[in-house]
Amino acid sequence: MPFVEAVWLALAQIRVQKLKSFFTLLGVCIGVMFLIAVISIVQGMSSYMENDFAAKMLGVNTFTLRRFPWFGDGASSEEEWRSWLRRPRIYHSDLPLVASAVPEGSRYAVESQEFLQAQTQWARPKQVEAHAVDGDYFTIKKYDVHSGRLFTPQESQLGAPVVVIGDEVAKYFFPDLDPLGRPLRIKGMPYTVIGVLEKQGSVFGLSLDRVAIAPYNSPLHHFTNPRGDVDGIMVQTASALTMEDAMESVREVMRGRRKLRPSDPDNFFMETSASALAFMDKLKKVMTVAGTAFPAIGLVVGGLVIMNIMLVAVAERTREIGIRKSLGARRRDIMRQFLVEAATLSTLGAVIGILLGILIAKVVEWKTPLPAAIAPWSIVLATLLGTIVGIISGVYPAKRAASLDPIEALRKE
Amino acid sequence: MVTDEIPLSTTAERQAVAAETGAAPDKEWVIVTRGLKRDYDMGGEVVHALRGVDIAIRRNEYVAIMGPSGSGKSTLMNLIGCLDTPNGGEYWLAGELVSDKDEDELARVRNREIGFVFQTFNLLPRATALHNVELPLVYAGVSADERRKRATEALERVQLADRIHHRPNELSGGQRQRVAIARALVNQPAILLADEPTGNLDSTTSEEIMRVFEGLAEQGQTVIMVTHEPDIAAHARRVIVLRDGRVASDDKRATFIKSAGIAPPDLTRKA
Repeated sequence: MPFVEAVWLALAQIRVQKLKSFFTLLGVCIGVMFLIAVISIVQGMSSYMENDFAAKMLGVNTFTLRRFPWFGDGASSEEEWRSWLRRPRIYHSDLPLVASAVPEGSRYAVESQEFLQAQTQWARPKQVEAHAVDGDYFTIKKYDVHSGRLFTPQESQLGAPVVVIGDEVAKYFFPDLDPLGRPLRIKGMPYTVIGVLEKQGSVFGLSLDRVAIAPYNSPLHHFTNPRGDVDGIMVQTASALTMEDAMESVREVMRGRRKLRPSDPDNFFMETSASALAFMDKLKKVMTVAGTAFPAIGLVVGGLVIMNIMLVAVAERTREIGIRKSLGARRRDIMRQFLVEAATLSTLGAVIGILLGILIAKVVEWKTPLPAAIAPWSIVLATLLGTIVGIISGVYPAKRAASLDPIEALRKE
Repeated sequence: MVTDEIPLSTTAERQAVAAETGAAPDKEWVIVTRGLKRDYDMGGEVVHALRGVDIAIRRNEYVAIMGPSGSGKSTLMNLIGCLDTPNGGEYWLAGELVSDKDEDELARVRNREIGFVFQTFNLLPRATALHNVELPLVYAGVSADERRKRATEALERVQLADRIHHRPNELSGGQRQRVAIARALVNQPAILLADEPTGNLDSTTSEEIMRVFEGLAEQGQTVIMVTHEPDIAAHARRVIVLRDGRVASDDKRATFIKSAGIAPPDLTRKA
């Protein structure tokens, strides 16, 4: 019997027994549904990481000189972690040296942050993400003011008590007021608000608008960096091509400054968006593996259900098999008929599961900060998986059907 | 009564069977069996269903195979229909030695050379008459258009042109059996093999089906009918009676009707 014929026959069979077919393909359907949903969410997260997170949190063509990596997957051992803690800190005083080493056209900035309590007379005290920054911080971070202005070089240099605040901070501490020119108290010290940043949105539900940024030389750095050390020195080169060179120069001057011998390893770290994304890739792999384990179980169960139902179908249709054999159906014809039927059922389940999975992904995207991107390959994979599950679970029942003795089969009521 | 003499009706048949083992019979013979044996193992006990059956049937013959239950007639039907293989002896069908063919080859033989008509019709309940009749053509690899055409023609031959889209449960017993006959004929088989074709039908419908068979036989179709009803067997031109796994008698109809003491069927009535 030709393949197309067998598919039509299978579809006719499914149409006749709608309810039974539905329950048969439910397992595969649910398995595929979760598979699609999980892959979509993981994919969405990772494209989000690459496009938004990396750019927003780390900047393009940017590396950050740190004591140890922040966004990586941490120390591989307790020992390594302790060795990291023994490393010297990065100090604000390292800045001139780094600044001198980077190529022409590069920007640099220091960053140091701490969650500190802020208050105004219009709102209850609340923690803000306080940053004490220096250099071209705003340019590197692509921060722009929505109203007001950024620090002047004089304010930076003199450490004037001025602050540029995020959208959320402005709304919370200055409800229905223009925050410009009004004081925001951080750790009891008043800072005059000179600018409000444009809304930045959030990364994984963490708002980027809860910041209060003051010049490094302002009193704020006593709280963010009591020991004069900074979280990191950011360097942004003019183009991606010069970044490697810049990193190498910074490395050299830092090693020189710390008097490291050639055999000594670096006791600092230069974090790039690539190094953070490498970690994301790892995370993605783990999530994909963990996230597909559950759907895989669903598929196995779905396959077993199909096998079971197909065995029942073979028993129910023994006479039909006898008739077909008496009319000249060969073993392989019967085999194909039941295999195709199992595969069609299962593929149909997969198709429904794909639709439901896309729906779930969309709902997750809509209801949570997690984005979802439906990967075309996951749809192809899920369809193939559905078909393969059907074929595998159909083999045994189909073999039973094909090996029935026509005389016995015809005698069966 | 066991005799050395093979109870065949004519010398020609005797010769066809007696020819050397392995020698293909002449073209005129559609079926030749030589010493056909079939044993069943029933839980350690061997039952000899057929103990050596010699039959020779010409093309265009209309033959009934009779016998009491346990005589081996069902076994013989299964062997002739290539649903089963013998333990011994030879079976030649349409010039081919089918007794040593494998399963797939037997399926092909069933498809091309044999048209089955069963007591219980054995139609696919969910398929229309047309689709049922198309089924052998599906396995013969005939294209969809050609299938439809030939199936429609076959249904026309059994006067069911107006019922081709009906399902079996929308048809009467006689109509169902005629669908089954159309299905049996659609591949132009060498033999039409009917197993108690009227067993599930009332006497009027039985007569109707018998007239269909009569008509087919007249058109030159070889018909072999297995039955235990003498009235039905009397329609055939030749009756082979089995007893205890052997051919007990093999006669022309006239002899059979006389010995069975039944009225000859009225063959002048046409369907």
